Amino acid sequence: MRFEDEPVPGYPLPILPGHTSPGRFERVLRAGGFAITTELAPPDSADPEDVYKRARVFDGYVDAINATDGSGANCHMSSIAVCALLTRVGYAPIMQISCRDKNRIAIQGDILGGAAMGVANMLCLTGDGVQAGDHPQAKPVFDLDCVSLLDIARTLRDDHHFQSGRKITFAPRVFLGAAENPSGLPYAWRPQRLAKKVAAGAQFIQTQYCYDLPLLRSFMDQVETLGLLGKVFILAGVGPLRSAKTAEWMRKNVPGMHVPDELITRLAGAQDQAREGRNICIELIQAMREIRGISGVHIMAYRQEESVAEIVDKSAVLQGRAPWFPARDASPLPQRIAAS
Amino acid sequence: MYSVRGWSVRHARGLNSFYRGFESILVRFDGVFRALGYERIERPVALVEKAVKGLLFDCRMCGQCVLSSTGMSCPMNCPKTLRNGPCGGVRADGNCEVKPDMKCVWVEAYRGSERIPGGIAAMSQVQFAVDQRQQGRSSWLRVARQKSAAANDVSGGT
Repeated sequence: MRFEDEPVPGYPLPILPGHTSPGRFERVLRAGGFAITTELAPPDSADPEDVYKRARVFDGYVDAINATDGSGANCHMSSIAVCALLTRVGYAPIMQISCRDKNRIAIQGDILGGAAMGVANMLCLTGDGVQAGDHPQAKPVFDLDCVSLLDIARTLRDDHHFQSGRKITFAPRVFLGAAENPSGLPYAWRPQRLAKKVAAGAQFIQTQYCYDLPLLRSFMDQVETLGLLGKVFILAGVGPLRSAKTAEWMRKNVPGMHVPDELITRLAGAQDQAREGRNICIELIQAMREIRGISGVHIMAYRQEESVAEIVDKSAVLQGRAPWFPARDASPLPQRIAAS
Repeated sequence: MYSVRGWSVRHARGLNSFYRGFESILVRFDGVFRALGYERIERPVALVEKAVKGLLFDCRMCGQCVLSSTGMSCPMNCPKTLRNGPCGGVRADGNCEVKPDMKCVWVEAYRGSERIPGGIAAMSQVQFAVDQRQQGRSSWLRVARQKSAAANDVSGGT
């Protein structure tokens, strides 16, 4: 029998030939779709409803949701727990794993545990330094770095053993990702760093905010020269800038963030700066779609999460495609955007 | 010492050539090391290594030296001990995200690697997770032992 209030279970999809995960995100990318991912800011709370509320604002507009792992070295609900909650109702989370807080014993346990709870995508990160967050007095771990972490995750999946060599009986079937910063120094070596991540196991890349299109284009040219385009899906990072002042602040305080002066001038000259910020974001997404090798965008809209739906809608990059969400097939698409 | 560290990166090419020569001598001394006992000479050799490489590179004695792949800039001086390249947080002036007064060790590594023939290719090789048990032990002896064992394997073993 079926209870009326039974949750929609997050059944894994069958794994298609050439795929490594049972997730929808990998399917969208491999089918050639322009994928949209976004970031869920984990709550400072133990209430699961806080997680679901934050996920619902993206319904119908994103293919996967990143659950950050103490981003900015601030303490929040853990990435693995957010992912577990999201998979319960069928969302496709991307579990971020940072090397800052856990050693290889804990991390490998989380990879198995996450996969067991239905997490199909994992993003391997180094992590921000503890000095950046709310607990600068904490001990940074960094037993691994993002590349050695990728190698270990891939080994678990493909070779079915821990780093120690001890066998596992059922491998985590995951789609592995990494980050890259096209506007980070040394520019000339960044594409090779990406190549290194691909060699270690990265199948998709989500980049840091890219506000400088010429820089992104030259980065992508080099990525193509290195022969990486067929080997990895690259999602360019974007986000709405709330105002010229926030842009200035972020440029100064967010590690590795680069905002060109022209954008700040454009924002400062606008009557409604927040709207102009969203417009810039929409234009960037449309321009990125035209860059060879860009398979999607990763929208980071910290504290402006509700703007993601509008940005995706207005950029029209989904071309009528409706990404899955828990009630998609039960009700018509949400009409939240129509009014604005 | 921070200033000496910069000098070492600027002279990465010379230091790398010197090390190549030094390494082949180490490997040739494998028989002697074995006769003396690798474990018995571990501590005095590690002390010398620490003094020399501490001066030149601010060496942290991880025991798995990769200086030849990092343009003579020791990656263990990175506050995140990254061994595969810079993180995304390098400042616009090339300084470290965590220690704003220090040049990013990977920006330095790139500079040094450009000076070493094949340095960029070496820097682009994946470095696997470090074995934390090697901390404080001599890389020189480890290399001598491993390379001579590998050479013996190739020649059919002795």
